[in-house]
Amino acid sequence: MRHLLRKLGIYLLAIWVAVTVDFFLPRIAPGDPAKDVYYRLAQLGPVSPSTLKALQIEFGLNTTDPLWLQYLKYLNNLLHGNLGVSVTYFPSSVGSVIAQDLPWTLVLLSISVLISFALGTLIGVFMAWKRGSTLDTTLSSVMTFCYSIFYPWLALVIVYFLGYKFGWFPFSDGYNATQTTPGWNFAFLSDAAYHAILPAVSLVISTIAGWMLTMRNSMVTTLSEDYIQMARAKGLTSRRTMFAYAARNAILPSVTGFAIAIGAVMGGQFLVEIVFSYPGIGYALVQGISNHDYFLTDGILLMVIIATIVMNLIVDLLYVVLDPRTRQVKGA
Amino acid sequence: MSQSPLLPVSPVSIEDGSQPPLLSTPPATTVPTSFFSVVLSVLRGIWHAITTNRKVAAGSAILGFFVLVAIFGPLFIQLFVHQDPLHYSLNLNQPPSSAHWLGTNQGGQDVFSQLIIGTRASLTWALVAGALVVLIAVIIGITSGYFGGIVDDVLSIITNVFLVIPPLPLAIVAVQFFSNSTFIVVLIVALTNWPWGARVLRAQTLSMRNREFITASRASGERAWRIIAFEIFPNEISIVAASFVTTTIQVLLAIAGLEFLGFGNSTTVSWGNMLYDARNSSALLLGDWWWFAPPGLCIALLGMGLALLNFGIDELADPRLRSERRVRRIDALKNLAKRKAAA
Repeated sequence: MRHLLRKLGIYLLAIWVAVTVDFFLPRIAPGDPAKDVYYRLAQLGPVSPSTLKALQIEFGLNTTDPLWLQYLKYLNNLLHGNLGVSVTYFPSSVGSVIAQDLPWTLVLLSISVLISFALGTLIGVFMAWKRGSTLDTTLSSVMTFCYSIFYPWLALVIVYFLGYKFGWFPFSDGYNATQTTPGWNFAFLSDAAYHAILPAVSLVISTIAGWMLTMRNSMVTTLSEDYIQMARAKGLTSRRTMFAYAARNAILPSVTGFAIAIGAVMGGQFLVEIVFSYPGIGYALVQGISNHDYFLTDGILLMVIIATIVMNLIVDLLYVVLDPRTRQVKGA
Repeated sequence: MSQSPLLPVSPVSIEDGSQPPLLSTPPATTVPTSFFSVVLSVLRGIWHAITTNRKVAAGSAILGFFVLVAIFGPLFIQLFVHQDPLHYSLNLNQPPSSAHWLGTNQGGQDVFSQLIIGTRASLTWALVAGALVVLIAVIIGITSGYFGGIVDDVLSIITNVFLVIPPLPLAIVAVQFFSNSTFIVVLIVALTNWPWGARVLRAQTLSMRNREFITASRASGERAWRIIAFEIFPNEISIVAASFVTTTIQVLLAIAGLEFLGFGNSTTVSWGNMLYDARNSSALLLGDWWWFAPPGLCIALLGMGLALLNFGIDELADPRLRSERRVRRIDALKNLAKRKAAA
């Protein structure tokens, strides 16, 4: 319990760090972000000079407020869920843009991570069980290549062959806007799934190697433990030894590594979204950056961190289920 | 996704048992030969370390190849290919030919010479960023592990907080405020990728700080920084090396990612910038596979070389992972025994 509370504290701190970075970056960066946003707005329609003043106050330029007061105002705005107005998707608020795009990212991310984790770990178990075999050595070499593949490059190659050359799958957008309307209807959901196939496949291929190799190595180490010998000596079936004795214990490092992996995968997914023009927050982030849309990019960073933290929390709870040692109270 | 297991033994042992220690070197007349033999034995030691494990050998070969290309590639282009990588020509989107080995891009630039010249930038910046990451990780990890107490608490919390924040999105948001410069990209990548290494080094330092030789030097009044620099750090060099290799893969991909998004310095040629140009000019829809395929392949190959090196080091440190060879040797022994029994 103390362990979980400590983790919770760390997560809250991480959110605070993100918020603070969001606050200070425009203030220490060279140039005038307020003017960038102002000119951008001016291109969209008439804006009054007072808008520029308001923007400058927002970024801490041309204001008489001391820094701490600016900071408190900023935090107050955030607490009220006020993330500002998006310039890119004007006049939508940043909150509504994120609310619209986040589900796309989260669904694609969780499906591909789950497939990749389950498949990779399972194959890793078999690789370790049959180590030294042709299966093990071949897969090890292939996976060493996939381990360091550049996510968006793989996405480009997949788009080129499966999408462009052979035309089997759609390779841009999340759904066909002319034929379906978003909502809980079969036509839309099946179309969205169809559009998600290529991005998901490219994400799975580029992340599966890590799970496979981690599980293989952890499993190989576990297999040389005495209790595995014992299980064999007792005459248990090899399936029971493999899963209930070895894999059950060997999976712990993979679960621990999940926290770091999820952040890396999230970054990779952003790049993949851009290749596929997928309507997630990664795509919105890059759109926002090319439009100097600081409110949008800040809001997205905050959301990304919160999403990562929620996933981490789920994993932490899972860990307590998986590893009985974490449930023990440290007695005197 | 990177799991760097702790390496308790030094995998790259370059000590040669037969070599007498430097102190007992005979008089000045024989110094040159002796110096030469020391160099030779060190080289032999390195050669031995590289060739004993197949993965380390393959990884070093790949890495060595790219290092050679980075050093001599530009000269090669100048002498034999005669193509300026940034020169625009009217031969747009040409497929590979004898004049343009990897064809030309939409600006009529020679892709092959871009690829070769880009190797230098990509490799150098990846190594620089990798070194920076390891430097930060070493400072924070060892300080945190050695001093313990409140220092450790604070540094651990900082490390764990940054471990949760996804590096690439943070880097993207940070980099947008600065003008396009490769150095800024490298700096931001370094500042967002250090926590994992710091955590591993902290754990190792924690296990080391109460060993006898550390207690002894503390008792003899050594200052803390001296103990850290001359007692603890040398004993963790293998972990530092392993984490350097792993992080270099990460930062190679991270830098390429930021360049792919257009945050790099567009006046220099690098693999990430090539991919940015290719995507920006829809190389895909033009069917210019020779434009976007090679840089990504090079990134993956270089990464594979580093990964092989890393896995090889893991195998050297943890013999249990080294399965293939042992199995084969046992088989060979069995065969030998059978043959003897038959004879």
